Formats: sequence, C-alpha cells, structure tokens
Amino acid sequence: MRLQVSELTVRFGTRQVAHIGDFSLGEAEIVGLAGESGSGKSMTTLAILGLAHTVGATVTGSIRLDGTELTSMSQRELRDVRGRRIAAIFQSPAMAFSPVFKVGSVVLRALRLHGMTRAEAAEAAARALRQVLLPTGLLDRYPAQLSGGQLQRVAIAIAIALRAEILLADEPTSALDVTVQAEVLDVLRDLRDRQGMSVLFISHDLAVVAELCDRVAIMHDGRIVEQGPATQVLSAPRHSYTAGLLAAVPSIRDSAHR
Amino acid sequence: MTPLLDITELAVRFGHVRALDGVSLQLAGGPSGLALVGESGSGKTTVGRAAIRLLKITSGQIRFEGTPVTALRGRALKEFRAAAQIVFQDPDNSLDPRLRVGASIREALLAHQVVPRRLAGQRAGELLAEVGLDGGFTSRYPHQLSGGQRQRVAIARALSVQPRLLVLDEPTSALDVNAQARILGLLGRLRAGRSLSYLLITHNLAIVPELCERTAVMYLGRVVESGPIGALLERPAHPYTQALRSAVPEIDAAGRRARITLSAEPPDATRLPAGCAFHPRCPFAAPRCTTETPLLRTVLPGTVLPGTVGTGRLVACHRAEEVLGNGPGAGAG
Repeated sequence: MRLQVSELTVRFGTRQVAHIGDFSLGEAEIVGLAGESGSGKSMTTLAILGLAHTVGATVTGSIRLDGTELTSMSQRELRDVRGRRIAAIFQSPAMAFSPVFKVGSVVLRALRLHGMTRAEAAEAAARALRQVLLPTGLLDRYPAQLSGGQLQRVAIAIAIALRAEILLADEPTSALDVTVQAEVLDVLRDLRDRQGMSVLFISHDLAVVAELCDRVAIMHDGRIVEQGPATQVLSAPRHSYTAGLLAAVPSIRDSAHR
Repeated sequence: MTPLLDITELAVRFGHVRALDGVSLQLAGGPSGLALVGESGSGKTTVGRAAIRLLKITSGQIRFEGTPVTALRGRALKEFRAAAQIVFQDPDNSLDPRLRVGASIREALLAHQVVPRRLAGQRAGELLAEVGLDGGFTSRYPHQLSGGQRQRVAIARALSVQPRLLVLDEPTSALDVNAQARILGLLGRLRAGRSLSYLLITHNLAIVPELCERTAVMYLGRVVESGPIGALLERPAHPYTQALRSAVPEIDAAGRRARITLSAEPPDATRLPAGCAFHPRCPFAAPRCTTETPLLRTVLPGTVLPGTVGTGRLVACHRAEEVLGNGPGAGAG
C-alpha cells in the first residue's frame, strides 16, 4: 500500500473530531472518502498532509507513505513530502493561485521550489498542461482569465509535473458545472491509468464517487462506518447510514420513468 | 388562460455582454414549476432576476398576471414585490446576521402589512412551523443554525408575504445531500399546499423532477430546448442537452450515458460565435450552423402554450431530427 493510515485520531483539545482505524490507498487506485459536512473527511485530509496543527488540532496514530512514518517527521522533512510526493487540490482552485501573478509564474515557482531548474520547470509544465488538455498559452494569463475548470486542471498539472505519487483531491469538482466536472474526472482517471497516480477523492457527492472511485470509505461523525469496492458499497450498502445517504441522492433516472 | 409569468423576446445586455437574447418562457399559475438549467454563464440567473424586476431589461416584455412588470409603479409595484419572491442559494447572504430569526420574518410581515403588529410574532411562529422549525427557533441567530435550517428560514420569510411566484435560485446547491432531500420535500409540499408557481434555477438536473413539470435548457443567453423533464432527459433533441445529460453523474451504472465530450471550452460571452452559438462545441455542427442562428421550433408535438404543463418539445437546432434519431439518448429506457 502506498498510503497506510492506522489508528489515526484528530482532536481539538480533548474533543475527538476524527478517528480512522484502518484506511489505505494503493498504487494506481482512486479511493473515495465520502460523507456530509462535519463528518471529519477534510480534517482527515489535513492530518495526512501534516497540516492539522495549522487549524489547532492534534494528531496521534500512524500515517505511512511507502512504509515511511509521516507523523514523526519534522515540518522541514514534511515540506518536501507535501506538494512533491503528496499533492493536494481543493474545491476552490482560485485560492491556490495568487490573483496578481500570471498562472505560469505560480506553476514555475511551485516546480522550482521542489528543486527543478528554470528550464526543467518550463518543460515539465508544458508537458503536464498537455496531459490535462490545456493549451500552454494559458500560462501567460492571469487566474481571473481562466475558468474554474481550467484552473483546477492547472492545479492538477502541477501535481503531474512534480510526479506526485498521491493526489489528495478535496471536493475538486463541487464548484464546477457538470460538463466541466466530467472533464476533470476524465483527467483523474487518466492519471491513475497512465501514470499510476493514487488519488484520495474527498466528496459529499455519492454519484461522482460512484462514477470515479475504485473503492470508497463512508465517514460519519468522525469515523469510517463502511468501506469497500465502490460498486459494492453503493449498490448494496451494509450500514444503515450509507443506505440513508444513498436514498437521499436525487436521480434523473426517476424522472425518466415517471 | 393567462400565464402567471409570460416572458417574450427578453434581451438583457450588460455593457457589451449579451446576457440574454430572444428568451420567451411561460409559467402557469400554481401549482406549477418551470426549471431553467444550463452551465455558469448561460443566463439562467439573469432570467430569474429579470422576472422579479431585480434588474433592468434591454428589450422584450415580462408580464405577471397579464401586466407588464416594467410598467408597475407605487402600490402596484409593492404588491408585485410581495407576489413574486426569491430564495437564494446561500442563506448566509440573504438573512441579516444581526436579526434573530423571528425578527427577520416579522420585518417582512410588517413591511408589507400582512398582519397587524400585535399578531406579527404569532404569524412568524406559524410560518416557521410550516417550514418544519419549532418555536425555539424564533430567538436564534442565523449563525446558530445549520445550512438547511437557514434555508428553511429564508423560505419562511419568502412565504410570509403570500407570494404566488417563487424564484428558487440554486436553493439546495450549498447543502449536503440529506439536507437537500429534506428541503426538496418541503418545497414540494409547499408548492401543492400553497398552490405556488416555481421558477427553479439549477445546474443540477437531478433535482428538477421533484419540483417542475417543464424544463428550459439555456446556453449562452438563449433557450436551446424546452419540454417535459422526463422526456427531455430520455430523448434530448438538442446536442447540448444530450451532452449535459451525459455528464450528470449517476450512482447506478444503468443510468449512465455514454459521455459526449464537448470539444472546446464555452466561448467568451463578449465574442459570441456567429450562427448557432453552440456550433464550435457541437458534434453535429454543419456548415449552415456557422452562419444561421436556429430559432426555437416544435419538434415533438404536444401542447406548449400557455403555461408549463405542456407536453410539446421546442428546440433551437437545425439538426434536431438527426439528434433525436441518432443520439445516445435515442432508444433508451
């Protein structure tokens, strides 16, 4: 397993907000972490990134990346892991780009911070953009001149250029139109299939999880209540919470048969 | 029968941007529902705001119960403001954070003199009960409520002035799936119980059937197709509707459609393509589509006017017959 989380507990003071007994992410696998607001899925993501302390939380337990324990690393060591080996994209890609710099300068800066020369960075950026089906001309524009879907793909391109092993994607398509969402999902599938990237896909949208993910873990009240192959969990849920969540998802199929 | 809302040839320009062009839509008296669907920038929100006179229209006509809304003044305008209400996506921005929930509703009741002052508190409680919130909520502040509860308060406030038209602008987009399901259930009951007409603006096709009989698909400021929601999704007549349908994620693999990938990004609204605005992205595009703007026409017969409960299909596409014959939607179900 590329990422192995065991007995991970996230607390604010004495209050426990998430406890993950056992969770893993394999090579070339997309695993969904699904649940409602407040279920603890985003806190779990922050803990994996080694950033939980920035919001005042404390973390105990074990997070291993290719066998190496992350929780005992110093912040300096973690900085190298974060971004380069574990990349992250979020719901609002605009927040990842400073509005006053051209997109290209943000991308190149990220690549150079992780040790690439100027020439290497420019070449890696151009290649990565092609992979997410964007013209390299976008690098000369400002973030405000790009659509949300384009910016999200640029954010993914940074992860590709750095050859990240794991992509943490926290609600990456929730703010996008369905057609654009479908394109971003295609890009994520392509990364898994052609590059062997592992994706942890955090979402409240079970229909998207069903379309994209190989496996899924359902979170509720800070715990994983059920996990397994996505088709199995979402077609024959064992936990009543999962069943309730599934029943609440509106489907356009219902309308077609009305 | 006069439609409750009758929009004809509506155009709205913001400077050089043509936000809406040639939009005609009708909504019947309640209970009824018309959904406007489309991507960001399609103009659906602009239609909703124009319908309740929240923005200035460039040309065209909007009639509410037969009267042009742009001509309303004084008392008649105030009555229209009560009769046509709106519920926004984000109740954080529509509720005053400094007012307790009860005060927020009393404010609306008194502004429109719906009840005498001494009865306002009691009526506010009744309205909250109607949206499923008990008396304890009147003394709470918006920040003490969940997103779903805040949206219930926004609905109660809209209902307080006894509207006949409710514009619902992405009413559940900010909510979790469980909260969404409860709000949709509530809106469905209110529609029947209060005989309301809904103009539902949404990017989520899946929530349409619960609230609306008829749907208009918008693309870059124009209506490209309209019809009953079920038939529209099962057998789209416009290539854009087809692509939109195919992009909707489904839990059940049997509900999924072969993805139709649109070839390019949506064009810049300040420089719209000639002919059909959709042609640069359209898999069916022919030479004619690059020069001649298609007008809405009937392709599948049925009643269309007046109102929303019609069964007919209107589409603005030169090649609709081929789309109906060949698309992934054809022969499904």
